[in-house]
Amino acid sequence: MNFITSFLLTVGLFIVGYFGSRLPFVFGLVIPYTALTLFVLGLVCRMIAWARVPVPFRIPTTCGQQRSLSWIKSNNLESPFNLLGVVGRMFLEVFFFRSLFRNTKAELYDGTRLVYGSNKFLWVGAMAFHWSFLLIVLRHFRFFTEPVLPCVLWLQDLDGLFEIAVPAFYLTNFFIVAALGYLLARRLFNPQVRYISLGSDYFALFLILAIALTGIWMRYIDKVDVVKIKELVMSLVAFAPVVPDGIGWLFFVHLFFVCVLLAYFPFSKLLHMPGVFFSPTRNLANNNRAKRHINPWNPEVKCHTYEEWEDEFRDTLKRIGLPLDKAE
Amino acid sequence: MRDTAKVIIGILVFLVLVTTPFWYGKIAAESGKPPVLKVGTAEKECVMSKDFMRANHMDLLNEWRDHVVREADRVYVREDGRRFDKSLGNTCMKCHTDKKEFCDKCHSYSGVKEPFCWDCHNDPNAR
Repeated sequence: MNFITSFLLTVGLFIVGYFGSRLPFVFGLVIPYTALTLFVLGLVCRMIAWARVPVPFRIPTTCGQQRSLSWIKSNNLESPFNLLGVVGRMFLEVFFFRSLFRNTKAELYDGTRLVYGSNKFLWVGAMAFHWSFLLIVLRHFRFFTEPVLPCVLWLQDLDGLFEIAVPAFYLTNFFIVAALGYLLARRLFNPQVRYISLGSDYFALFLILAIALTGIWMRYIDKVDVVKIKELVMSLVAFAPVVPDGIGWLFFVHLFFVCVLLAYFPFSKLLHMPGVFFSPTRNLANNNRAKRHINPWNPEVKCHTYEEWEDEFRDTLKRIGLPLDKAE
Repeated sequence: MRDTAKVIIGILVFLVLVTTPFWYGKIAAESGKPPVLKVGTAEKECVMSKDFMRANHMDLLNEWRDHVVREADRVYVREDGRRFDKSLGNTCMKCHTDKKEFCDKCHSYSGVKEPFCWDCHNDPNAR
């Protein structure tokens, strides 16, 4: 049901984008600006909201020996005790999804025996998807920058390494569709995952799949005039919008999908992009025993220390001959 | 933990990255306008319509390459009966004489790498 709803929603967006090509001013200008504004402001507001949440304790999740005595081998990546360890751990988490690499599966064998095993497929699928998506986004900077950034050209060459067909077939095109296909199939055919899949899970996948497929369609099958599209994009970027005539309808569908993704981003599960940096279980050093962390907004507690008590009763203590810490 | 400074730095990095196209255009001081191409001919129309050529010229060139090199089929007959020699150097570049002013300008504007036409062909007008 969730699956069908999300699918129909995506088809609906396609149809809206198709008719949108008849209103190039709205779909080429108003909607992109609005979507980008929503994306940027939404993400900044989210990050500020997260940053204001109190994290009074260090709550890293660890899976390695923490540093204690010099002769006990510790693991600075799995249980970081300093900034270097935290940075290394975050780096591996952000770029290589290290915690997902430890993904396991639990299956019943013979209906009675529960067996746990490693399951790397999700990690492989996630890596293929996220890296392809990143490269694709970076590659698109050929439309956003003039002169085109040299590193973008270099990425394009790398991506089109095999020089199959004209225009060169990009490896990321294949990888992103394959990975999204796997991620979708996993939600559909794995009963446990299917049970916990919500409409928003399917929708994010369908939306990105739709973006990828319309992009591929536009590049290889029903080609569009790239120069006109760059003219439009560059005019948007320079805040002097011009919508040239004769841009194919497919471009407007693609752009509309991207706008929906941008606008939807700050309100969806896709927020894990900035969210990973705000995970207190990842970004804090596990040094609770080595350092005393005092909650910065604790109210001041009035105490009466032994020294103060001794000062208070010094004369009495002296008179009855009890030993004193301070003679005077 | 109060990490205001770190969060502000993070947000600033995000803003700088996400607005790259906006400030890069200002720094590069390029207008971002598409190039104006020079065609050195009195001919009024191309082999196909202008809109088709702008989007699909690579397909046509690729098709012609295959026909000529693999099938020795050198003549292209258009729908209206007009015949063209399937040749980059003799047909295309008869009108679009200047590679630098025609091919390269658009390709570099849209970030297309030097196509492999020139792996085999010489620019006939570069002397």
